[in-house]
Amino acid sequence: MTEPSVLLEQISVRLEGRPILQDVSLSINEGEFIVILGPNGAGKTTFLKLLLGLVRPSSGRIEVLCRTPERGQQAIGYAPQHRALDADLALRARDLVGFGLDGHRWGISWPNRSRQDKIDQALAEVDALELADVPIGQLSGGEQQRLLIAQALLTDPCLLLLDEPLANLDLTHQQEAVALVERVCRTRSVTVLLVAHDINPLLSVTDRVIYIARGHTAIGKPEEVITSRSLSQLYGSPVEVVHTQDRYFVLGAEV
Amino acid sequence: MFALLKFGFIQNTILAGSIVAIATAVLGYFLVVRGLTFAGHALASIGFAGAAGAVLIGAAPVYGMLVFTVGASLVISLLGREVRERDIAIGVIMTFALGLGILFLSLYHGYAEQAYSILFGSIVGISRSDVLRSGLLSLGVLAAIAVMARPLLFASFDPDLAEARGVPVHALGSVFLVVVALTISIAVQVIGVLLVFALLVGPAATAARLTYRPGRAIAIAILLGLAYTWLGILLASISPWPVSFFIAVLSFGVYLPVRLLVRPRGRRAAHPHGPAGLAPGLPLEEQRHA
Repeated sequence: MTEPSVLLEQISVRLEGRPILQDVSLSINEGEFIVILGPNGAGKTTFLKLLLGLVRPSSGRIEVLCRTPERGQQAIGYAPQHRALDADLALRARDLVGFGLDGHRWGISWPNRSRQDKIDQALAEVDALELADVPIGQLSGGEQQRLLIAQALLTDPCLLLLDEPLANLDLTHQQEAVALVERVCRTRSVTVLLVAHDINPLLSVTDRVIYIARGHTAIGKPEEVITSRSLSQLYGSPVEVVHTQDRYFVLGAEV
Repeated sequence: MFALLKFGFIQNTILAGSIVAIATAVLGYFLVVRGLTFAGHALASIGFAGAAGAVLIGAAPVYGMLVFTVGASLVISLLGREVRERDIAIGVIMTFALGLGILFLSLYHGYAEQAYSILFGSIVGISRSDVLRSGLLSLGVLAAIAVMARPLLFASFDPDLAEARGVPVHALGSVFLVVVALTISIAVQVIGVLLVFALLVGPAATAARLTYRPGRAIAIAILLGLAYTWLGILLASISPWPVSFFIAVLSFGVYLPVRLLVRPRGRRAAHPHGPAGLAPGLPLEEQRHA
């Protein structure tokens, strides 16, 4: 049995005095595909930032890839939640993806063949090679999202943290993105934690889900966690889950 | 025109102007990318108060500028971390500093020429030692920017992501503002407080419309900055009008048509066969069959 990729023991997080996560314990194995669900503002992004070392727990023990998380780890690939970019932003798609490779290093980036090749390869992986020289401000939300994923893959991470990567994508591109992340997860044995609003496009690929609500979490297989009983307990109010034709619908709660 | 170059003061002005043009063009690019152009303008006005204070106590204006602009840049980065917050902090600090500057000027009963040249720049007041000092400061500024360039761009694009990758985003932002303060203190000698924007933002903003490659944009900004400065000095030396007027006119006169006429290079030009390369005007179906 290998060491878990992520290990949380009785972790609590407070931001500006407000409790965000309370007493969370869970363990995620290497190569697992985990989808993180929960209502807006429940702490999904904070959970990812905790693993990145950007947010410190107020109590509890946390280990990510066998060490206390700290910023700047090459072994973690991160694609933050997409935000609208200035249409005049004077950078090309290639520059954005390149940040994933060496954006944190001091100095100037000189054009260089092997760097170029790596960036092209990452762009090809998300099917965005033809966007390489387009200014990022002119790309659609979905295209920018794919670049963020490419950027996260560049350092060959062992752990991939994706914050709402499907949010700006239409159905076709959602399926493509899911297939891409699954391929990375399975072939390279990369642990994936993916924040999403809807479990359904991810049902066929996810191993387990983490549901976050009211500062508490539930982890398990989708059919264990996304049930009326488990979610009612988590929300502290009646929630009805309809499971039909291999799709889940959560009713009576803001999901 | 070449006869002009024989005058020592013109040589000094051209040297100092060229140094200033290069430093401001490089800095300007990062100001434009970071959405900090207002801070550039405000720091110059704040520097005016420092210069007026220095004149009042009989020191060289540039030292007063350095103290005030560097101090203000530190306060700004302390007060405002969010963009919106930051612009308010900058505006409040700027008006306070301008108030001080006006007070210092009214207390000063000497020769008003010095205050005038702080506000509008001057082509006659520049000595060899000024040139040397500007050169050294500019070298420092350019070296600092060369070291910070990549993480600074990264942090401008996405601070969260940059922080996750280990970029000290806040510290970098503060150091950058201090470097802006230094650059402005140098630039004011030639262009003056009121029109620093013309060299700091004009060339970089124009360049950023002409290319999306950071390296090229900086190179174009430097060329534009040098051209405005040289032409400005030439025109000012053969006319009674101030150099900063000509530089501001050139800066505006080039930016305006570029802004209006140069469309951001669209995806169509770059990828004639891509999905976005469909010709406008034709129904989609016909284009697919074409």
